[in-house]
Amino acid sequence: MAQVQIPSPLRQYTEKQSTVLVSGATVGDALSSLVSQHPDLKKHLYSDDGKLRAFVNVYVNEEDMRYLQKEATALGENDTISIVPSIAGGIL
Amino acid sequence: MPTLTEPVSLTNDEILRYSRHLIMPEVGMEGQQKLKAARVLCIGAGGLGSPLALYLTAAGVGTLGIVDFDVVDYTNLQRQIIHTTNDVGRKKLDSAAEKLKALNPFLNLRTFETKLTSANALDLFREFDIVADGTDNFPTRYLVNDACVLTGKPNVYGSIFRFEGQASVFATEDGPCYRCLYPEPPPPGLVPSCAEGGVLGILPGLVGVIQATETIKLILGQGDSLAGRLLLVDALGMKFRELKLRKNPDCPVCGKNRTITGLIDYEEFCGIRGQEAPAGENDVPAISVEELKKKLDARADIFILDVREPHEYQICNLNGYLIPVGDLPKRVNELDSSREIIAHCKMGGRSAKAVNFLRRSGFKKVYNLTGGITAWAEKVDPTMPKY
Repeated sequence: MAQVQIPSPLRQYTEKQSTVLVSGATVGDALSSLVSQHPDLKKHLYSDDGKLRAFVNVYVNEEDMRYLQKEATALGENDTISIVPSIAGGIL
Repeated sequence: MPTLTEPVSLTNDEILRYSRHLIMPEVGMEGQQKLKAARVLCIGAGGLGSPLALYLTAAGVGTLGIVDFDVVDYTNLQRQIIHTTNDVGRKKLDSAAEKLKALNPFLNLRTFETKLTSANALDLFREFDIVADGTDNFPTRYLVNDACVLTGKPNVYGSIFRFEGQASVFATEDGPCYRCLYPEPPPPGLVPSCAEGGVLGILPGLVGVIQATETIKLILGQGDSLAGRLLLVDALGMKFRELKLRKNPDCPVCGKNRTITGLIDYEEFCGIRGQEAPAGENDVPAISVEELKKKLDARADIFILDVREPHEYQICNLNGYLIPVGDLPKRVNELDSSREIIAHCKMGGRSAKAVNFLRRSGFKKVYNLTGGITAWAEKVDPTMPKY
């Protein structure tokens, strides 16, 4: 099981949990497991054509998954996935 | 950083003022002279800008530019600590200038009462060495980033949301820029603002001082800057985490094959220009607070639905039935569609969404309270608190 760190703007969709445990051999599997546990997350993470939204970055430990093997990045037991959306405070 | 060809001199007063810097080898006379020669531009004199400007001024940065066209609001005082109660209604630039000059008369302060735009950013940035971004919206963040890359100035970045923050240094020569991290902004309306989402008052203090620290380190050439690292601050857990940032070789503004070589229309880029008003807020069936008061006085059979959060209900309420807007789909069967329902929230936005949802679910007699409980407090019951 890997841990997914949920950023505060998205915690309203994970019943306020800041960490969710998911199963999956790869990052892609883990994220699918995450959105099936918390379906409201889906549209905030993925656009209609199933791609991860460009203002959301996914890290495995401290590395951006874009520079690893993206969704195919393999996950170990103690790996932490972090979802890092862009924030700008103030008014949008 | 421009190397000093001739060191700027420090007066005896300055030497005494900065003695605690001078006695540290990491700063010393040479470092303090670099600070005095440095020109830093702060975008924003608000939450992040307050601690940024104050600490840079205290540290002896020679020239500070501030860009802000806003006026001090009462609700700013919870976190924008450069402004005081007497400054409410005053231009933020005037308020900030007064405090900064009082703190350090040696400061060469340049104020720019203007919105930062694609028309003025490049010329403005060329007059400074470092830009510290304290803005509160995505279009300006992308503008600042692109202008920094195009003019070759480091962008000391900080951003906040509720009780979390981010900090980094973008647009250094070999480092990533903001677009390397986030090529595209979120669509408008997806991420709430401080007015809607709230913000822990201390948070911009924490992040703003981190920005001031990074700015000073860049000037001094000391320590390890946050370039290439994203610092994530979680104030509630008091945890600091670091993620690696890499320069994206395909970045359109700082990569190998640059397609962005000039500033663009950032409002359009962020999807704001030409965007219709949030779904149906303007054409959802509504009633005014005066009409609601009349109906209540006439003892009409009305069901008031409050779609705010429980902690807002505790501040003030109209004795409505509370179902937070996010819970509405799950709890819709608690409502009687045969009754006239008036839905309200704080200002009318969330309740408009609730009315749209209920009408699509078959409720015919449901209306939005225009202006929300804030309008009630303004026009019907002035004893009710506003928040």
